[in-house]
Amino acid sequence: MVHERVMEKLGILADAAKYDVSCSSALSNRKNKDKGLGDSKGYGICHSFTEDGRCVSLLKILLTNHCIFDCAYCVSRKSNDIKRAAFTVDEVVDLTIGFYRRNYIEGLFLSSGIFDNADYTMERLVRIAKKLRLEHNFNGYIHLKAIPGASDQLLKEAGMYADRLSVNVEMPTEQSLKLLAPDKNHIDVIKPMEYLKNEIVGYREEKKLNYKAPLFAPAGQSTQMVIGATKESDLEILGMADYFYQQMNMKRVYYSGYVPISNDNRLPAIGTPVPIIRENRLYQADWLIRYYGFNVNEIVGFNQPNLDLDIDPKLGWALRNLNQFPVDINTADLELIKRIPGIGFLSATKIVAARQFKKLMPQDLQKLGIAYTRAKYFLAFATPFQMQKDLTSIQIKSQILNSQKSKYKNDFSNQLALF
Amino acid sequence: MTQVIYDATYEGWLTAVFEIYEYKLGDIVFVKNEVSNSLLFSTTHFVTTDPDKAKRVLSGLQKRLSAEGISNIYKAFLSEVNQIEETMFQFVKYVLASSINIERDLSNSTVLDIKKAARLTGKESHRMEAFVRFKLTKDQLYYAIVEPDCDVLPLIESHFKNRYADQRWLIYDAKRKYGIYYDLENVATVQLQFNPEAASSKFLTEICDEKEEFFQNLWKRYFSSVNIESRKNMRLHLQHMPKRYWKNLTEKIPDFKK
Repeated sequence: MVHERVMEKLGILADAAKYDVSCSSALSNRKNKDKGLGDSKGYGICHSFTEDGRCVSLLKILLTNHCIFDCAYCVSRKSNDIKRAAFTVDEVVDLTIGFYRRNYIEGLFLSSGIFDNADYTMERLVRIAKKLRLEHNFNGYIHLKAIPGASDQLLKEAGMYADRLSVNVEMPTEQSLKLLAPDKNHIDVIKPMEYLKNEIVGYREEKKLNYKAPLFAPAGQSTQMVIGATKESDLEILGMADYFYQQMNMKRVYYSGYVPISNDNRLPAIGTPVPIIRENRLYQADWLIRYYGFNVNEIVGFNQPNLDLDIDPKLGWALRNLNQFPVDINTADLELIKRIPGIGFLSATKIVAARQFKKLMPQDLQKLGIAYTRAKYFLAFATPFQMQKDLTSIQIKSQILNSQKSKYKNDFSNQLALF
Repeated sequence: MTQVIYDATYEGWLTAVFEIYEYKLGDIVFVKNEVSNSLLFSTTHFVTTDPDKAKRVLSGLQKRLSAEGISNIYKAFLSEVNQIEETMFQFVKYVLASSINIERDLSNSTVLDIKKAARLTGKESHRMEAFVRFKLTKDQLYYAIVEPDCDVLPLIESHFKNRYADQRWLIYDAKRKYGIYYDLENVATVQLQFNPEAASSKFLTEICDEKEEFFQNLWKRYFSSVNIESRKNMRLHLQHMPKRYWKNLTEKIPDFKK
C-alpha cells in the first residue's frame, strides 16, 4: 500500500459515508468457520464512540464518491466541488482485515457512489464481500448497499456474502424525491427491497428445513430516511416506516436528521441546526411501535400529524388517554405496564417478576430504578395515592417538565415560560 | 465477629460458605488472603480451598436457582464491589432457606444487589469486548492492555478465542497483574512482569510490526473523519466512553509527534 494515498482516501471516503447512520452489527449469528477469522454475535458491539456520541461498530466507507447522480441532499452529488477518490478492491479488503484483527471493528459497511452504471458498481461491492468471505475466511459482519437498478443476479450474490443489505429510500415521499433527486424515483428503491424481502424469506424457510442451507442476509435489510430536509410531517414519515416494517419485513428504519451541506435553495441553508430532537422523538416512536405494542395511529394521526418535541411520544400518548389510567402495577398485564410513562421494557419485566413475592409499594418501584417522578401520575396503589387525583393532562405535563432535568431543556425554555 | 480468610478465588469463597455452615460460624466478615489486622476480631477461620466442598455448595444452589441465577453469583463475585462477598453470602442464605426460587424477588435488597453487581460485571465485560485494542508485535503477537473496573478476563476469554481463532493474542489486565494468552490452541492465564508505564514509545516502535503504526494512524484518521461536527455531543460521548478507558484506546491517545 502506498501509505499516504490510502490515508487520504480513507479520510475522504469515510467522511462521505458518515451520513448513513446505520451502524448496527447485531442480529447475525455467524460462527467462526474452520479456525478462520472472526464471528458475528446476535448482539452488536460498539467499538468506539465519536464526539457526536454515535457508535462506531463497522468500518463504514464508500468504495468511491464519484457519482453520476446529482441528488441535492447528498454530499457526493455530481455538481458538488469536492475531492474525489476511489478505493481498489484490495485496499478495502486489507483495511477491513487490518482493523478487524486489532479489534477496532465488527466488520465492514460498504456503500458507494454510482460510477458508470448500477451493475458495474454493485459488481465491485459484491467482489469485495466475496473476497473477504472466500479468500480470507472472514466471518465478521458485512453490510452492503444494494444499488438501485442493479440486476437481481447481483443482489442475490450480495445476499450470499453479506449479513445485511440496505437500500436507502432517502426521501419519505415521491414528491420530495422528485424535487431533490430528479434522476431517481421511489419504484427504483422499492423494487430491490421487494426482491430482497422475498429472497430473505425464501432462504429462511429453506434453512428451517435444512440447517446446511446457505445463509442469505441473515441480519435482514434496513433503510434510511432523511428528516427535516423537506416538508413531510411525522405522520408521513412514520406511516412510510410502518409500511417498510409491515410490507418489507424491514429490520430497521433509520432516521437521519438532515445536516445542511449545500447552498441549494431547495434545502435548509448551511448553519441551520440539525433536527436532533425531532430525530430522537422519531426513534422513540419507532421503538414504541416495534417493542411496546403501539400502533402508529396511537402515536400520530391526522389531527396531530407531528410528535411533541418537548415530551416523549409515550408520555404524549398517556396524556391524551388519561382514561386508561391509573394502572395498578400489582395486577395489570405486562403489556399495560409497558405503556406507563417512566417504565421501560426492562423495568416492566422486573415489576412483573418482583410482584410475585410481595405487593409492590412506591418505595419498591424507586428501588427497581424506574423513573418514578414521571410514572407516579399514572399509577394506582392499594393505598390511595394522592398524586394522581384529578390532575388535568396540562397540569401533569407542566409538573413533569418542571421536575425533570431534560437534556433538551434549553431548547424549550420559551415554551416552559408559558405555563 | 468471625473473620473468614480465603484465597481470593471463587472456589475458595464457595469452600468458605461450606465451612461457615459446617462449623456454624456467625457474624461473618470475608477477608482475602491475610491482609487484615486480626486484633480487631474475636475469632479467625482459615479456609483451605477444597473443590469437593465448593462443588457441594454449587450443586445445592443449582437445585434452587436457574443457570442465570448461578452465573449471576459468579459475576457478582467478579464485580469486586465493596463487601460483595458478604452480600453474596446473605443471598446464598436466602436461597438455601427458601423452598422456591427467589432470584426474581427484586424488591428484596440482597437479591437486587446481586443482580446489580452481576449487571455491572456484565456491562464491563461487554465494554472490554469492545475496547480491547490489539497491537501487533514483530513476532506476530497481538497484545492489548486493559484496566477494567471488574475482573472480567475470565468472562471475555471465550469471545476472543472464538473470534480470533487464527492469531496469537494476549490480553493483559494491568490492574490485577495477570493476562490471558491464546497460542492458537488454548487460552492460558499468565502472570508476567509487565510495566505499561515504562513502555516508552521508542520501545513500542522497536517491538511493533512495521505496519502497526500505520494501522493505528489509519484508525485515528477514520475515527476523526466519521465524526459529524455539527452534531457534537460530548455528554453522550463521555457517557458511552468514560475517560478512565481513554489511555488504552488508540483513537483517544493524542499524537505526540504533531
